[in-house]
Amino acid sequence: MITPLSRLVRTAIFAVPFLFTSCAFAQEGYFITYSHQMEEPGNLEVGVKSVTASPKDGNAFLANAWEFEYGVKTWWTSEVYLDSQYTANESSVFTGFRWENRFRPLLREHWINPVLYVEFENINGADKSLLEVVGHDTREEFSERNDRHEKKREAELKLILSSNVKGWNFSENMIAEKNLAGEPWEFGYALGVSRPLALLASAKQCVFCRENFSAGAEMYGGLGDRYSFGLHDTSHYLAPVVEWRIPGSTTFKFSPGFGLNDNSERFLFRFGVSCEIDQIVSRLRGH
Amino acid sequence: MRAWRVAALSLCVALPALAISIEVGDGRWQTKVPATARQRSNPMANESSAVAAGAKLFQRNCASCHGKQAEGLATHPDLHTERVKNATPGELEWLLKNGSLKNGMPSWSRLPEPQRWQLVSFLKSL
Repeated sequence: MITPLSRLVRTAIFAVPFLFTSCAFAQEGYFITYSHQMEEPGNLEVGVKSVTASPKDGNAFLANAWEFEYGVKTWWTSEVYLDSQYTANESSVFTGFRWENRFRPLLREHWINPVLYVEFENINGADKSLLEVVGHDTREEFSERNDRHEKKREAELKLILSSNVKGWNFSENMIAEKNLAGEPWEFGYALGVSRPLALLASAKQCVFCRENFSAGAEMYGGLGDRYSFGLHDTSHYLAPVVEWRIPGSTTFKFSPGFGLNDNSERFLFRFGVSCEIDQIVSRLRGH
Repeated sequence: MRAWRVAALSLCVALPALAISIEVGDGRWQTKVPATARQRSNPMANESSAVAAGAKLFQRNCASCHGKQAEGLATHPDLHTERVKNATPGELEWLLKNGSLKNGMPSWSRLPEPQRWQLVSFLKSL
């Protein structure tokens, strides 16, 4: 039964991203791939990453991952995700949380910059936020009816390698994920490339000038597990990404994703909204 | 199963510790600037709009820590100092690119190099 309170909560979950109107320049990025860009220390980025699809053998869904990213140090970023999803003709469910930490071990800029990523996630089988593809994940998981009984307590490690060259960012992520209930390690990858549309900033304040847009693409997929490593029975996606940063306000990202083989969902559409609140601790203290 | 949990927990503890142990002092940033970077000249030095563009970039990216007038806020330094005035453009661009992570200055390598030079133009105009 939908009570007025639950309706209010649902409305808030979907509307809050659009209420941020006066926060600072948000961090660039992809949807799946991580670059070596860390959150500036003391800043809090709040955002939501959504993905929607209409599986051939299932009901259309919209999954949201609420993102709270805090720069603890220049070399340490911590992030919490709260996942939820709505599936047509089924239900709206909270599907769990993720806590990730990224560490940048080398304190200077290099040709390739490594970042170590550690994540713990406590989600259930209804989660469809698809923040990574690992192992033998296939489109069949989107067709299953919402089931919160399957618990997934997982540890995830990533080696993030990233380079900035002449305005381009090239990022490569290697992923290893382990369900702590005794299932084998699963592997995956994500690759990304992006570039601002203009490398020089204009002297005037502008919203639609090219420097505020960047375009790129990412490719991601599974690589099997410990006992069956490789491309057999894995899914892969290619997704162009467009980002629009409104100075002094909000960042919007859009990404149509295309499945590259029969195991992949044919089409996914991702969109995201985020903003960065500068020096949040100082603000709360009234400095 | 328990072994995996212990391993995962150990990693969660060990990786931050590793990162912290690697974060050792590297001294004053200026002493670490390579000679080739120090001698680089600002390709935007003769661009009339570079200071204005740099000022805009400063307000977007730097003012929250260094203040709107670059006067410094809390522990973040004032940029109207002799050190900044005496630094070569190449040194400032190197600092923007690499940051000084140990001292809380993030890397701005995500800004394209031409924009970092625009910021340098602004900093030298202070």
